[in-house]
Amino acid sequence: MPKLTVDGKVVEVPNGATVLQACEAAGAEIPRFCYHERLSIAGNCRMCLVEIEKTPKPQASCAMPAGEGMVVKTDSAITRKARKGVMEFLLINHPLDCPICDQGGECDLQDQAMAYGMDRGRFLENKRAVPDKDLGPLVKTSMNRCIHCTRCIRFCTEVAGVEELGATFRGEHMEITTYVEKALSSELSGNVIDLCPVGALTSKPYAFVARPWELRKTESIDVLDAVGSNIRIDARQPEVLRVLPRLNEAVNEEWISDKTRFAYDGLKRQRLDRPYVRHDGRLQPVSWQDALVAVGARLRGVQGSRIAAIAGDMADAEAMVALKDLMTALGSPNIDCRQDGAKLEAGNRVSYIFNSTIAGIEQADVLLLVGTNPRWEASIVNARIRKRWLTGKLKVAIIGPQVELTYKADYLGAGPQTLADVASGKHAFAATLKAAKHPMIIVGQGALARSDGSAVLALARQVADGCGLIKDGWNGFNVLHTAAARVGGLDLGFVPGPSSQAGVGGRDVAGILDGAAKGEIEIVYLLGADEIDTSKLGGAFVIYQGHHGDKGAMRADVVLPGAAYTEKNATYVNTEGRVQQTRLAVFPPGAAREDWKIVRALSETLGKKLPYDTLAQLRQRLAAANPVFGKLDETPAPAAWGAFGTSGAVSAAAFVSPIANYYMTDPISRCSETMAKCSAAAAAPPGKTGTHG
Amino acid sequence: MSAPTGNAVPRPAIFAFNEANLAKAKQIIGKYPAGRQASAVLPLLDLAQRQHDNWLPRAAMDYVAGLLDMAPIRVYEVATFYTMFNLQPIGKWFFQVCTTTPCWLRGSDAVVKTCESKLGIHMRESTADGLFSLREVECLGCCVNAPVIQVNDDVYEDLDAQSTAKLIDACRAGNPPPVGSLGGRKHSGPASGLTSLTQVPAAGDE
Repeated sequence: MPKLTVDGKVVEVPNGATVLQACEAAGAEIPRFCYHERLSIAGNCRMCLVEIEKTPKPQASCAMPAGEGMVVKTDSAITRKARKGVMEFLLINHPLDCPICDQGGECDLQDQAMAYGMDRGRFLENKRAVPDKDLGPLVKTSMNRCIHCTRCIRFCTEVAGVEELGATFRGEHMEITTYVEKALSSELSGNVIDLCPVGALTSKPYAFVARPWELRKTESIDVLDAVGSNIRIDARQPEVLRVLPRLNEAVNEEWISDKTRFAYDGLKRQRLDRPYVRHDGRLQPVSWQDALVAVGARLRGVQGSRIAAIAGDMADAEAMVALKDLMTALGSPNIDCRQDGAKLEAGNRVSYIFNSTIAGIEQADVLLLVGTNPRWEASIVNARIRKRWLTGKLKVAIIGPQVELTYKADYLGAGPQTLADVASGKHAFAATLKAAKHPMIIVGQGALARSDGSAVLALARQVADGCGLIKDGWNGFNVLHTAAARVGGLDLGFVPGPSSQAGVGGRDVAGILDGAAKGEIEIVYLLGADEIDTSKLGGAFVIYQGHHGDKGAMRADVVLPGAAYTEKNATYVNTEGRVQQTRLAVFPPGAAREDWKIVRALSETLGKKLPYDTLAQLRQRLAAANPVFGKLDETPAPAAWGAFGTSGAVSAAAFVSPIANYYMTDPISRCSETMAKCSAAAAAPPGKTGTHG
Repeated sequence: MSAPTGNAVPRPAIFAFNEANLAKAKQIIGKYPAGRQASAVLPLLDLAQRQHDNWLPRAAMDYVAGLLDMAPIRVYEVATFYTMFNLQPIGKWFFQVCTTTPCWLRGSDAVVKTCESKLGIHMRESTADGLFSLREVECLGCCVNAPVIQVNDDVYEDLDAQSTAKLIDACRAGNPPPVGSLGGRKHSGPASGLTSLTQVPAAGDE
């Protein structure tokens, strides 16, 4: 623990800390471009120079280990002169195009030039010109502005795990490039935009759209996957203009995936902005009153067991609990939130959440992935796994789809049989798990959303029990979800309930579709459920409540326009079981309303008025339904281990990841033009341009 | 400078070491400890360039990357950093004229002029017949015998306009002169002949 003096203040820093960190600990601000807490140290921008007593020259504080007894001066004449000189050199080749640069207003170079630079330039010669690069549909380049901090290169190499960016040529001719002019093949590529301290890498979809000071910033939660990344929604008037990450060490650190960041343009297309009722085979726009009355008229006199509700992947907890209460009031046990038919059971929380927590990955030493492609299903979780793997302390093995992850993984097998072998101890990997200190298993929806899913779940539990995944202070059993609504739904018990008729339980999604096809289910209420096979709904009367005109709305007889995640204050539970809330950033378009209010209004029309009039009352109901909803933004308390899954025969069929196209997984991303471009670029054969002569 | 663009010479889509070079490459890789095989990237790129008419197509860089289990971009970085790797097709006789101060003081201007007028090309160009390429380089480390030209792997020294013209003719004829000074002196000895050690000292002389 070296003790050093920074500007006359004595600070003690941990071993291995740098002078820059010591300066920060002492409250002294050090300007920097290349240094970034989450990346390796490059030490090439020289902006962080400080004077250290008894050294002949100013030292780059980011790369200088803090030593015992050092005397650092961050505001001496030498330091100031050094910074001024470095800034002058950085600006030599940097164009003075701030007025037309998208980084303007949030640019490190701009800010630091103001704070530490000279008031004029002395360089009268020509600046160098660098051709712009094509990095795909997300990242716009303006390479004249690049100051070669190499943050983007280090991010791609270290965090994203795709070694595609590099610095070619040298000296005056140095360029940041992929050399082969291709789109970055990473799901995290958008983060280089945030990392770039200048305007060299900016957002293509956001190009020339707005200035940062025009934007209204709302802190919220992402729901396009089940990670629950913390985001900031930047909006102007009624439009979401961009999505940025928000720091949360426990969830997404400071990264977000490309889908989270760029799918927002899908919020402006195909929106349901007024209620519709099907007349003569066509959906006709109607007023709210007429729509609710039409639903009420159809529902009147229908027996509860002939009504069903399915909650979609982006449904919020408030809407789900309201709908559940309504269905209970109508006497229907047929509700389900597992659109994909995942064989997860509500009630036993330990069986369906990511028990180790995302941050807990950083303790794991052996990891078994079962039927999942975390790179596509939860890119942020994948980045965490890579982070741990890079330390050399994590060994990863896969049972399931053999996919290109960003770390090396042993391939054990394709299907449940291999898992059974591990569970019975026949497979050699069982011994590896047993020997590990913090072993982990991650079970994906690809392993559970199949007819033998419950048996697979039981096998996974057997692995957890048999190989010592559950110990004091450590639970290595994890389920990775793909749907933001799923854990919330299971927490609320939005699953088939007991029926009023003895011996007949409520129907799950498959049962509902089957019943609809047979005519046993007359009315199906879809709460944003688009990932079901709507052709199986048969002759049922379909009420669709949601925000996008996707498959569900197409089939619907009545459409009730709801709000997207940027347009409501709503509660979501991420795959870890962490309860977080979105905030209203913009209002829902047209006549669309917050989802719980729609259900509440409908309940009144049906004469089954729900007992809550405000969001606060509804949230009380939510907390009553499951106390976990009372603890916001907290790392979930460890769930008690228990029995779950049903042992049984498993089929030989291989596990398949539920995501076929990373960029299009939900109604919002399917409507996004940016995501369409990305999926086209990802599908295009590599090496389409440039250097192929 | 930027990434090479289209060129009249077709760029091969695939590249592989021939048998002899592959054996040599394996030997080079074997010099480094396991897991550190990336250290062999420079000698391997050189080997590839020698096998491929003295220039490196992207296919060769990709091949070397594959051989060393490196990301291709890491190989591109190395290959573009060193000017000794030619990323464009190059003539059979690659003239690299030194114009750094010592050579320039000793008359490299005349050497450059002779090259340009005799070959009919400028710096960084190649003749249409593909025989000659011309490039200006920084110090070749032979200042004592300035001015100098490096032709492929060999350095010719003590040049002037006439000897440069002769050198070009000899190369065109496929018969380059022996390496070293074209001014008649031996190695870096005095130009006017030996001034000391003119005779073999007798045995026993202190």
